[in-house]
Parts: sequence; C-alpha cells; structure tokens
Amino acid sequence: MPELIITKHLDVPGIDRLDVYRQYGGYEALEKALREYQPEEIVELVKKSGLRGRGGAGFPTGMKWGFLAKNEPRYLCCNCDESEPGTFKDRMLMEKNPHQLVEGVILTSYACRVSTAFIYVRGELAYAARQVQRAVDEAYAAGYIGKNILGSGYSLDVIVHRGAGAYICGEESALMESLEGRRGYPRLKPPFPAAVGLYGGPTVINNCETLSTVPAIVRNGADWYASFGTEKSKGTRIFCLSGHVKKPGNYELPLGTPLRTLIYDEQYGGGILGDKKLKAVIPGGSSTFILGADKVDTPLDFESVAAAGSMLGSGGVIVMHEDTCIVDAVLRMTEFYRDESCGKCTPCREGTYWLVQLLERIEHGHGKMSDIDLLLDICDNISGKSFCPLGDAATSSITSSIKLFREEYEYHVREGCCMVGPKARKPAAAAL
Amino acid sequence: MISEQAKQRMRELAARYPVARSAVMPALYIAQAEEGYVSRAALEAVAEALNMTVDDVESVATFYTMYYQRPPGKKVIKVCNSISCYLRGCDALIEQLERRLGIKRGETSPDGRYTLLTTECLASCGTAPVLQVNDEFVENLTPELVDRLVDQWEAEFQTEGQSQGRSPAGAGGC
Repeated sequence: MPELIITKHLDVPGIDRLDVYRQYGGYEALEKALREYQPEEIVELVKKSGLRGRGGAGFPTGMKWGFLAKNEPRYLCCNCDESEPGTFKDRMLMEKNPHQLVEGVILTSYACRVSTAFIYVRGELAYAARQVQRAVDEAYAAGYIGKNILGSGYSLDVIVHRGAGAYICGEESALMESLEGRRGYPRLKPPFPAAVGLYGGPTVINNCETLSTVPAIVRNGADWYASFGTEKSKGTRIFCLSGHVKKPGNYELPLGTPLRTLIYDEQYGGGILGDKKLKAVIPGGSSTFILGADKVDTPLDFESVAAAGSMLGSGGVIVMHEDTCIVDAVLRMTEFYRDESCGKCTPCREGTYWLVQLLERIEHGHGKMSDIDLLLDICDNISGKSFCPLGDAATSSITSSIKLFREEYEYHVREGCCMVGPKARKPAAAAL
Repeated sequence: MISEQAKQRMRELAARYPVARSAVMPALYIAQAEEGYVSRAALEAVAEALNMTVDDVESVATFYTMYYQRPPGKKVIKVCNSISCYLRGCDALIEQLERRLGIKRGETSPDGRYTLLTTECLASCGTAPVLQVNDEFVENLTPELVDRLVDQWEAEFQTEGQSQGRSPAGAGGC
C-alpha cells in the first residue's frame, strides 16, 4: 500500500482530541510555520508542492492564495459543504480527524494574512459540525487560535458555520451569500472572491480536503509532497468509491493510479459486485461526464481523466455494472439537479425540470425518438448559459450517456421498457 | 414562544460575526430547536435579535430545506435517494418504510410520530444505502435492519407513552 498523507492517522483512537493529535505530530507544522516562515513563504511552499484544489475544479491552491488582493480585512472560507453525489471524504475527515483540518485552516489563514476564518459545514452533517466545533474550541483553549498565537503576534478568529440544506452553497459565491445571511444564490463573476469576496473583502475559499493536506506539506516540505503523483497532478487524494463494487469506501491513493486498480485491487474496491461486467464509471461525482468501461485503464490524474473525456472533480468514483439501466440512473441524477437548482437563472431552473420530464417519459416508455435529440438541445441551452456551474453539471450525465449508450435510449422509446436491469422484459417476452 | 434565553443567544451570535445578519442561520436553528419548526414567533424573534425585517428572515428560512415550515414528526426520517444509494437499492427500502410507517414520502403521520422524507446525497455513499433519524446516521441499510429500526422506534414510543401515563406531571417535555 502506498504511503498515506491525509488519512495516515485517521484510525488512531482518540485522534479527534487535541492531546492525541499532538502525540502524532499535530500542530508541529503550525509551530514551525509561525517560528520559521513569513506568510509569503508558505504561499510559495504550497505553490511549489503542486497541491491542487480537491473540491472539484482542481485549481492550483498556492496560485489561488497568490491572487488575493492586498487590502484588508481578508477572509478564509473553508468549504465543508460536501454534497456532490458520490462524495463522502470531507465528512470522514471532519468526523475523524478534525484537528488536521483546523490546523490547515490556521496555517492557510496565516499564509494569506487572514484575520477571520469560517468553516462552512453542511447542515445535514451534524456530528461532523460538532467534531469540528470541539476541535476549534480545544485549539482556542490551547492558544492555537485567538490573539497573539504562540507569541507570534498573529491573531485569528475561527467561526464554525452550519449550512441548512442547499447543494448550491457548495458553489463558492453562493457559500459567501449564505455566510452573509442570505439565500444561497450565486454571484456574478468577475469580480472573483480573491478581489471582492465575503463582506466585500479579499477572500480565499478552499475545500476541506485541500486544507487538511496543508499541515503535512508544511511539516515535510514541498518536494516531499511533489514526489507523489504525476508531473502535473502532484500528491495523493482521497477517492470515494461507491456503487456496484464489492468494497466501497474512501481510499487515499497517489494521483495517477489507474482506475482499474481502484476498482479491482483487493486492497481497494475488490472488483464488481456479483462479479458482473463493468458498464460505466463516473469519475468525479455526478457532475462529471460518464466514462465507458473501455476507459478503465485511465490513470486517475487531472490530465488523463480530462483526456478520457471527463473530470476528476470531487473524487467521487461511482461504478455501475452491466445490469444498470442508464436512463433510470441518469434520471435519478437529473432529479438531483432539478431539486437543487436555486432558481436564480432561467436556463437551469426551467431546463432541469424539462430534462426530468423528458427522461421520465422515456424511462416509462412514453418517449418519442425526437426526445433524445431534444434532451441534447436543452443541455446545449443550459450548459455554459446558466449563472453558475450547477447548470453545466446537470447536463454532464445526459450528454455523455447519450453519446455512449444511445441505443439504450432508443430501445426505451421503441420497446417501451428498459433494455437491461430489473425492469427489462424477460428474453422470452422480448422475442414475441 | 421563544424563550428569553434563546433570544439572548441569538444576540450573542450576532455580535460574534463581523456583520449581525450572518447569524441568521444559526439563530433560526436556535428558534427551531425551541418550537420544533420555524413558526411566526420564531421569525419574529430572529428578526428582532438581528435587526432584520420578518420578511427578510422568512426569505432565508424558506430557501434552506432544514428549516421546517410546519411541525415535523418526533422522528424525522430522511432517506437518501441519490445515485449511489439508488445503485444500492434504496428505492425498495423507501417503499418498505412507507408500508411500515403507513405514510408516503413527504408526509407526517397523523399521530405526529414520524415524518418520512427522501433527501439528496448524505455523503455516505461508501456505506449506502443510508438514512438519518433526527440527524443521526444509520448506514449500510438492509430490509432486516429497516424492520428492526421501525420496531425499535415503536418500542420507544410505547415506553414513552407508558411513562407518561404513570406520571402525568412529567409529560409534555418541559
């Protein structure tokens, strides 16, 4: 098994408590940073490490920090609003090792000269929020957060803020609106948060896993971190494996590990449920394009997955076997975007409803052949034309599944039932 | 009625944030904890504590699904029906719960015991299918486990009913 970074101490009993976390080297990185580094040096260090955002877009973290406008006060928002279907790593990091996240938040705040940091935890994850709050309280008591941290002259306030059920708040500008006490509607960009963000101040927004990785980079150095992964996708990341595999779960692997290893290796997925044939994989949460079984040897790094026609996204790898009706699965994913569309812009608000109606009609055997191209046409009118990426995300599974499995859509229209899966007609009946 | 204590906590929260209205979401949680849902009194209390209009508070409360617009059941059961749970057979379990509880998804039982909801991905796809009972996770669901859960809830309500019957003074959750 390769060396672990983020999940290394995850299963140590009591690692969620300050004393145990410290026994395993916790807060050493913070002490080192405050003692030895100027804030800008940490930004350089993280740039050099090659760390890229683990929330979905994969933007280089250090570069993002470097974009911050010079005016003050500045803010940090840690995005723990994990809601992307197929993704369950941040919840685990918050529940099991919250101090690692808190240390990452403090280090990042110091590097970006932030005086107030927010940790925005998804509302449904009540236990995770309690764990993070307790870690923050312990860190305050130990002098790692507050005024004049460890005698360095640097002061920081950290506020844990709970969401209340809205996928859209994982979008960075909607998250800021929500933090400001409003409905979670996305903002127009530019200006980007680095220039005008929370309360109008320069704001850095990073994902939970991204910030949980920062302490290890500060402790062990940029070169050490960059020695994992591929040339352009450095380090490790947590892959959330779910769906039709024997051993679903979170697996930390160096970027560039083949998809096949994750799915079939005994240490990880252990193969397909019931030893059935692989049909398709969604590599980065339900917002990314579906890949066919022929792409199973794709290395899981940003560039290779993009070349294969999808995105590494949030690391949520959803596996579907041969008995999955693709139309029904896509319908389920599209219902999610319909329900979670915030309603601010028309293409997404109306388009996602329309997509669901068409998919339902096809799935239940009332579709027309022209509906398939109509789906593609609506997708084209949503993608790139909506206010925020939620609209684009709603179309990924539809366009990619029609490209890969068009005959299955056509079969639904022609035969009035599923081609595969539990709702497919028995072979004898189909022959009639 | 929202207690003076709760209103005080809302005012403290308002002071904790750089801008008072940032406390609207935690304040709504505080109010909801007192009344079980976001009542008119809850909206008014939050508005007063944060110096907002009632309509403004309501516009926030109605955006987020975790603020209840009407009283929910004592046990709010949220079953995930997103893609990973779907692939692992959540639909049959939701139907099983509907049968056992005698309500459809989205409904509250007439006796006020249960609210059954379907919900979006709960970040538990590795242990799918999954549900939450009043925010606590139950993972790796099977039909047998669902049956045991319902039995357990029924038993809890029964004991509660008996103890209330014996000491009426202790009833009412005060």
